[in-house]
Amino acid sequence: MHELSIAMSIVELAEEEAERRRVQIDAVHLKLGALSGVVKDALLSCYEMASENTPLQGSRLVVEEVPVVIFCATCRGQRPLSSVQLFCCPECGTPCAEIVQGRELEVVALEIQECAPNPV
Amino acid sequence: MRPEPRLIEVRKNVLKQNDVVARSLRDRFRAAGVFVVSLVSSPGSGKTAFLEKTLTLLRRNNRVAALVGDLATENDAQRLARSEAPVKQITTGTLCHLEAAMVQSALEGWDLNQLDFLFIENVGNLVCPSSYDLGEDLRLVLISVTEGEDKPLKYPTIFNSADVAVVTKVDLAAAVEFSWKTAYDNIQAVRPGMPVLKLSAKTGEGMEDYLRFLAARLIDLRQAAAV
Repeated sequence: MHELSIAMSIVELAEEEAERRRVQIDAVHLKLGALSGVVKDALLSCYEMASENTPLQGSRLVVEEVPVVIFCATCRGQRPLSSVQLFCCPECGTPCAEIVQGRELEVVALEIQECAPNPV
Repeated sequence: MRPEPRLIEVRKNVLKQNDVVARSLRDRFRAAGVFVVSLVSSPGSGKTAFLEKTLTLLRRNNRVAALVGDLATENDAQRLARSEAPVKQITTGTLCHLEAAMVQSALEGWDLNQLDFLFIENVGNLVCPSSYDLGEDLRLVLISVTEGEDKPLKYPTIFNSADVAVVTKVDLAAAVEFSWKTAYDNIQAVRPGMPVLKLSAKTGEGMEDYLRFLAARLIDLRQAAAV
């Protein structure tokens, strides 16, 4: 159960961005790979806890789940994996170890409100 | 008037802080020419016995040391001290995994130049350690025959993140009707091409092959550094 420390890192990261850009954050958009080792539901409930009493309190965590995509050397192409229990090309069955995506644990965007207009 | 919400792009890795520390550790390890192995497994798989045997045998010809992560006790460090290799315990408290910064502070005062191999035993857990790079050269996942052949299918993420799998307690294989082929196939299903070794830390069966594997990797590391 390391989702709480992950959630705290997300809050910290978003807080820094908010401070730097002088904005208020409504939502944090996160990409979560199927091989990130993080469970979405656990992360969502931890986020609420982690953001409590911070400028992020009340903000939402929007999680986009990213499936595993491998590169098949036989087909010479990228293929989504049908199961993380079988790293084989779904088209030709070749075992594939090369992962193109699926390890993401990345804050991709922030939904914000401007707090103070930038002086022009 | 309430302003319209808008979306700004950020693109930041959540574990960036850990990755930065891990990268600097890896640079230090490389500069010192020390080969670093991290050990992951479920609780009770025999990690400490395996590591004790590894340290004892490797010490004959190499300079070795170990860091051991544990939630609450220092029992592991005391057991490993029997190998007479330098050992330091990292007590993680309630944290279920090691992070690069913990390794960094545990190494304070150690001269890495005096080492050939450094082992980092993670907390017994097949879930959380998978996300954290510790700067290691090799992530070794250990499973014992008593855990059953389907561990790789239950924990594909950690097996996929590993570089080598070691099946241990093979002296008990017959008693628990362990199928080597099924276990091997399951490991290959979640991590195609991963080397798999089998051994018994208790009887010593298979240990020599494993030590040869490590020795070859140390030579590779130093040759790569010399180029």
